[in-house]
Formats: sequence, C-alpha cells, structure tokens
Amino acid sequence: MNQQETGAGEIKISARDVQVHYGDNHALVDVSVDISDKMVTAFIGPSGCGKSTFLRCLNRMNDTIDGCRVEGDIRLDGEDIYAPEVDPVHLRARVGMVFQKPNPFPKSIYDNVAYGPRIHGLAKNRSELDEIVEKSLRRGAIWDEVKDRLDAPGTSLSGGQQQRLCIARAIATSPEVLLMDEPCSALDPIATAQIEELIDELRRQFCVIMVTHSMQQAARVSQRTAFFHLGQLVEYGETGQIFTNPSDPRTESYITGRIG
Amino acid sequence: MLWLTFLIIVAAAALAYVLNLRAARRLWAEGARLHSITTFHALYALFLAALPAFVFVVLWLALSGPVIGALVLSGLPDEVRAGATAAQENLLLSEIRSLARGQAFGEPEPWKAAAAARLTALEATEGWARLALVSLIAAAGLIYARTRVSASFRARQRVERIINGLMVFCSLVAIFTTIGIVASLFVESMRFFARVPFFEFLFGTNWEPQIPIREDQVAGAGAFGWLPVLLGTMVITVVALVVALPIGLFSAIYLNEFASPRLRAVAKPVLEILAGVPTVVYGFFAVLVVAPALRQAGQALGVDVSPNTALAAGGTMGIMLIPFISSFTDDALSAVPRSLRDGSLALGATRGETVAKVLFPAAIPGIVGGVLLAVSRAIGETMIVVMAAGLIARMTINPLDSVTTVTVQIVTLLIGDTAFDNPKTLAAFALGMMLFLVTLGVNIVALRVVRKYRELYD
Repeated sequence: MNQQETGAGEIKISARDVQVHYGDNHALVDVSVDISDKMVTAFIGPSGCGKSTFLRCLNRMNDTIDGCRVEGDIRLDGEDIYAPEVDPVHLRARVGMVFQKPNPFPKSIYDNVAYGPRIHGLAKNRSELDEIVEKSLRRGAIWDEVKDRLDAPGTSLSGGQQQRLCIARAIATSPEVLLMDEPCSALDPIATAQIEELIDELRRQFCVIMVTHSMQQAARVSQRTAFFHLGQLVEYGETGQIFTNPSDPRTESYITGRIG
Repeated sequence: MLWLTFLIIVAAAALAYVLNLRAARRLWAEGARLHSITTFHALYALFLAALPAFVFVVLWLALSGPVIGALVLSGLPDEVRAGATAAQENLLLSEIRSLARGQAFGEPEPWKAAAAARLTALEATEGWARLALVSLIAAAGLIYARTRVSASFRARQRVERIINGLMVFCSLVAIFTTIGIVASLFVESMRFFARVPFFEFLFGTNWEPQIPIREDQVAGAGAFGWLPVLLGTMVITVVALVVALPIGLFSAIYLNEFASPRLRAVAKPVLEILAGVPTVVYGFFAVLVVAPALRQAGQALGVDVSPNTALAAGGTMGIMLIPFISSFTDDALSAVPRSLRDGSLALGATRGETVAKVLFPAAIPGIVGGVLLAVSRAIGETMIVVMAAGLIARMTINPLDSVTTVTVQIVTLLIGDTAFDNPKTLAAFALGMMLFLVTLGVNIVALRVVRKYRELYD
C-alpha cells in the first residue's frame, strides 16, 4: 500500500434504515450500509432492484423527481445530508456524479469542465480556471487527446472520450465522493477498459461508488460490493468474499446467473 | 347530374373492391400462395376503377363549359356576332346562361331565347355523354383489375406505386399553388412598375397614393415611395417584439422549469387561449382599451400622444404573439434531453443556473426559429393594424406617433373606388410583392439560423 492510499477504510458515508418511496411504490427498504473512503464500492443487482435509486440518494438527486420521498439517515463525514440546513446545491459539489449515458453540455470541451468551478466560484481568475481545467482533464485521463482542441464542442468527441470528459467535469469541483451510475453501459469494450483503468486511478483520491450491471466489472474494479435485490440490500462485503463465498443464497443465485 | 356521376364512380370503386377481394380470397382458399395479401388486390381494383374515371370527370368539367359556350355562340345569327369583341361575347354568353336558368329581365329577343334553349339541350346531352363515358371507363378499370387477380400478380407493388403517385401529386399541388400566387403578384407588380419607376418606389420617402382614377376627381398628384410605409411596419414589429419576447420567453421558462405541475396544467391552456383569439378582437382591444389608456397616460405626463399610435397597435400585436413565442420556447426547452438537466444539477448548479447556462443555449435554435416566425407574422399581420394604426405614411420612428403599415396600405388601396389599370390600385400588388419578399427573407434567415445551431449542438 503506497502513501496516497492511506485513509482507505475510513467510513465516508454511513446510511441507516433508508427508505425510498416513488408515490405508492416502496422502492428501497431498510438499507443500512457503511461506505469506506478511498475505495471503489460497487452496487450490483438485477434491473429495478434499487441500486441506482440508492446512489441518487447520496447526492440528493432524488429531490428533483416529483413524488419521490426519502426517509432514514444518511451521513457524509458524520453530517446528516438530509438535515434542513443542508443545501443540496452545496452537497452536490462535494458528491459528484457521472451518468449512464455520456451527457456533455452543448458547449466547448473547456466550458464543459469549467462549468462547475464557474458556478461555485472556485477560480479567482482565468489562469486559475485554466489550471483547474487542465488538472481535471489530466485526472480524467483525456488531457492528451483534447489539449489541442479545447474549443471544440464536447459533443464532437467519441462516446468513451465523452464519458471521460464527464468524469473530468465531475472532478473539477473537487468532490470527495464520485457516484457513477453504470458509467460504461453505453460504451464499447475498449472505452470500457479505459474507464475502468481510470476508476482504479481515481480511488486514490476519491471515495468512488459505482452501479454496474456487469459482475465481471464489479469484480475487476471494486474492493467492496453490495448486492441489491427487490429494493433490499441483501449482502455487503469484500468483493472477493461476495464473488467467491457469498453468505446469502440469493447472492449466490445472482452471481451464478440463476436470477437477474 | 354531377352527383350521379360521382355516385357511379364510388359505386364502381366499391364493387371493384369487393369483386377483387372475393376473387383473391377464393384463390387463397384454394391453397394458392398469393404474392400479395388479398387487401392489396382489392385496393388495386378500387384505384383502377375510381382514379381514371375521376381524372376524366375533372378534365371533362374543365373543358365542357368553353366548348358548349363556343357552340352556342357559333349558332347565333351573323348580325349579332358581327364585330363583337371577346369581352362582349362573354357578356352575351352569361346573359344567355342566366336566361337558360330562367332569370329573364323583361322580354328577351327571339334569337336569345333560341340560344338559351340550345344551351339547355347541349347541357343535357353533355350530362348524359359524361355519365355514359364515366360508366364505361370505370367498368373498363373494374374488369381489367378483375382479370389481373392471380397468385403471382404483384398487387402490393402496384398499389404502393399508385399511392406514391397520389402523394407526389398532393405535394405538387401545394408547390404549384405557391408558384401561382407569386407569379400573379409578380405580373401585377410589373404592370405597376411600368407606370411608376422601380427605384422611385424602392427609395422614395413619400407615400401619397390617392391619385384620381376618374377625370372629374379631385385628388393629389400621387407619390409612390414605400420607405415610410416599410418604416411604419418595422416600428410596429419592433414594438410588438419588445412586448412579446420577454413575456413569451419568461413565461415559457417559468412554466417549463419552475411552475408546479398543477399550476402548469392551468396556466398553459390559458396562455394558449390567447392564440385562439381572432385578430379582429385584438383590434377592438387596441382601439377601445389600449389607445385611450395610452392617450390618458400621455396627457397625465404631459406628452403628446396621437389617437392611433404605433405603440397601441404594436403592443396589442405583441400580446397576440406571446403564445407564439412561448409555445416555441416551451417545445424547445422540453426537447432538451433530461440527461443535460441532471448533469448540470449533479454538478451543484441551481435550477436557475441550469436554465440560463445549459438549457437555454441548447434550446436556442428552436427559440430563434419561433421568434423569426413571430417576426414574419407581425410583418404580415393585417387586422389589428387596419383597426388601430394610422393611414398617413410618415418617416418617423417615434412609437407615440401615428404610423401606417404595408398591410394597412394594401387594404386601403383595394377597397372603395378601384380601377385595375391605375397605379393606385396596382401599388397594392407591388406592396404585396415586397411584403412577400421581406417575409421570405426572414423565413430563410430563420431556417438558416436553426440549421446552423443544430449542427453545432447535436
């Protein structure tokens, strides 16, 4: 274990008895989990099992959905993120998110990355902003591909590049946690490999939580794995443990392909 | 007689449909593998029975009138026809026609009564001949289609080709109608420019078209410079946009992004009611409410406000344009993918920042398109300005002054005492032509802008 990885294992997010309702639909039931810092935690499970719903609780993106109700206790560094005094706008600057489909804004590559720093006033002047953009693009492992065309529209990039641009955009606000909602599901295998490599890099600095449909991906990238089924958290533990010796029969059925 | 003709066509088509459907079904029941399903065999027969007969009727109706007219005229006594011009012959013919319909004024001359009787006889013959020929053509189509029914006959391809042809025909009708309208405008404008120099019209700053159209009338010498009229149109358009743009844009943004679903469900239809108000009603509103209110406000402030200001007409027109702009903006904002909205919110942007920095730029192509369409609507709008704007052309950009517009001038030139070989009347066509060119230009720019931005953003 090298220097940068110190701090791994400290609890970053702790959730207790989280319930989510969409209207009359009880989408998430009694989820309690502790997520460690400087690690990749994977959420796996069949479609509609609530893994993305839980992910969206962590940066309060569910607030933007009409009729969605979240109960329970979610703490980031010990602070209740659903407390009335917490502004979701500030929370989302600390908890970045990358979506399933690359969604660069219809702006230049530079403006895409500078978007977050600009709205949060992170740079005092243009040169500081340039610095943030370059640093974020480098950490997003896309700097070398775009450094000569920062004025080109973000939408002109390929799918894999767009997704790395979106990761760089999320990093630019210096978040502590990165949420990734199936970040590779719209990408080809080569782009997927690049993103996975990047995620492995990112865990040195961030607490990374990713939702994935691919069990191989969870096994390759994550250190911790949580298995969701029918709105419940069935099993949570070391990735190796979950995949080789699951304790719950439902986990085993899913991993061996009998349900899902 | 005409309804009987069409009844025959419809009956033949229905019969052909049923016959072919039965024949094809019989084949199918006998175990033959049909290339096309039975419906296509039936449709094929329907088109074959109906289309040629229908085309024939249309052509026949177009041609039979002039032919009968010529026959009646040629049967008139020589002393009546001698030295008659084409116009006089036309007049004579319509006189005979009304006589044949029993609308006689006084006692007609014997030769006129004879001509009317001949006209009635000819029309009866024409009707029976048409009926017979149509039946024959429809029957031929029906029988031919029936003989074509076989397992290998490619009825589907034939039917598709016929439908394709019908669609091409419909689009050509639209295109040729447009060309026809432009051509007639152009011809009349040329007649105007033969009397008034083109550049005098284009660059003249004086518009006084009330010249005498009869010897004994007292009127001005006339001046046909369209610039003051164009300027009036522009002033009113600008006023209308100043009202409509902010209100339309912000109401759409509010309803789309911030309003609760319940408020939106009520407010949006109410806003769209504005689009359904007839322009005459807006005209009333401008004359009876807006203009007096402006005048009183002007008096209170000590400003001189004329009774029919550009501000009243343009402001009311702006109210008319609000639903136009807001519905385009609303559509454009709704079309922005949810992923962009989520992406911005997830970066910690507020709703306002998301609208201003992501959604609005992405929606600009649609919004600009809507705004430019609203501009061409404002330029071409007639009723409100006829009622609320002035008649005197002035070179002014003061919205508190009375101005006139291109459309108002067209209306005033064409009502009342008119003569179609007089520059006063023909000027209306020249103005119409210029109006058409201006709105065409605006529309072309609108399409360009929309296409350019779309390339940039997708």
